[in-house]
Amino acid sequence: MKAARIFSPVLVVLVLLGLWEALVHLWQVPAFVLPPPSAIGHALADDLSSLLFSAWMTLRISMTAFVLAVIGGVALAVLFSQSRVVEMALFPLAVILQVTPIVAIAPLIVIWVGIDNPNRALLLMAWIAAFFPVLSNMTLGLRAADHGLLDLYRLYGATRWQVLTQIRLPSALPYLLSAMKISGGLALIGTVVAEFVAGSGASMGLAWRIMESGNRLQIAKMFAALLLLSLLGIAIFFCLSALEKLLLRRWHDSQVEREQ
Amino acid sequence: MLTITDLGKTFSGGVTALSNINMRLAEGEFVSLLGPSGCGKSTLLRIVAGLSAPSSGQMEWTRPPARGGIGVVFQEPTLMPWANARKNVEAPLRIAGIAARERHARAMEMLVLVGLENFADAYPRTLSGGMKMRVAIARALVTKPPVLLLDEPFAALDEITRQQLNDDLLDICSKAKLTVLFVTHSAAEAVYLSSRVLMMRARPGTILRETRINAPVPRADGFRHSPQFAAYCGEVSAALREAIA
Repeated sequence: MKAARIFSPVLVVLVLLGLWEALVHLWQVPAFVLPPPSAIGHALADDLSSLLFSAWMTLRISMTAFVLAVIGGVALAVLFSQSRVVEMALFPLAVILQVTPIVAIAPLIVIWVGIDNPNRALLLMAWIAAFFPVLSNMTLGLRAADHGLLDLYRLYGATRWQVLTQIRLPSALPYLLSAMKISGGLALIGTVVAEFVAGSGASMGLAWRIMESGNRLQIAKMFAALLLLSLLGIAIFFCLSALEKLLLRRWHDSQVEREQ
Repeated sequence: MLTITDLGKTFSGGVTALSNINMRLAEGEFVSLLGPSGCGKSTLLRIVAGLSAPSSGQMEWTRPPARGGIGVVFQEPTLMPWANARKNVEAPLRIAGIAARERHARAMEMLVLVGLENFADAYPRTLSGGMKMRVAIARALVTKPPVLLLDEPFAALDEITRQQLNDDLLDICSKAKLTVLFVTHSAAEAVYLSSRVLMMRARPGTILRETRINAPVPRADGFRHSPQFAAYCGEVSAALREAIA
């Protein structure tokens, strides 16, 4: 099963790439419409250092935004769990922030915080994209603590701090890790969207490479940048899945392999 | 040890769960609250535990229990799934701020008492229903409370496991001279365990009558199959039918 899990998708991808290469040559598709995988490979090799640099820029901003989103989301959710009034007052604002399309407010953000430092605008937009799932899931997780355990802790006169650290936070951990898998991807998407909106000259990230190569009809290079972008997304998802597995494997049903 | 007079409980929704409850709990007694579901027996237990406040009447302890002076076992084992059996048993001591070394030793002592010394490192999800209940009992006893409250702890277990746990519980409680309040809906279980059985009826929940079980503790080997046991069960069941009617 383990081998099948790795090899079957790899095989499918290889077959699709082969088909792509063959059809492009067979139908003589122009390279500025759809380059064959081999050309994309060449483009990647030729511009590797500049592309990797861009990937690093994009990754750095999205991961900073992600970490700040996790810290902010957890902190606000903990605050909500301690005071229903604070939750009622602030949660609607968080929802408004979430439902307003990030692309729509991006120009404003660029004007407000991005004029002298474009990276700050990118960071803020990626943070907005990644923040809400953490807040929402963490709030739910903190509230989903077993009522019997809460009763038990009350019986023994536990302090709020003890209830929070020994019952509520561990109960919320599976919810948080699940939210982090969503937010990790959203932070990357938020960064890329922000780079597009911020436009050329403002940033050197992968989105900028994509726009630049699009303008110059270097479609193979565009695909190479896209490829790096998806690799980043996959790497983020795998790292966070591994973290989830590591932290929950002993006790949470979702991470336990059952023998049939 | 505990005297309850004219106690009543009405929830904020207007439902009267308990009314006119009068009962006493003497030191070292094993008293069962027996009644149909919805008769308020769990509510009464929660009030005795201090988890819920009565709406009327008095509840007086001769010596008010200190923090950790009442052990409670709920219907569900309510264990922390992220902690192993030993850490679950340690929880009340951890709340009290007792040092790790002593916590560890006392938790192990309790696990030995309930026969789970070899499962100290096991996580709850790997334990059977009966074993989880044993961990919950060990946790309730780890503060060495004089009073133990149990709320239908064995309702979800199979008959054999249940009988085994009944015997073990009786053994532990009589050795430690615990005062026990035990909620159940099984007449046989109430008779087997208790020195007194209080029968309750529903809407509103109130105590109908009491039956004293005069049989030596620990129970003799054949007690479960003795005519005396059958007679008590008959009597209590008849009273229970009357309560439901």
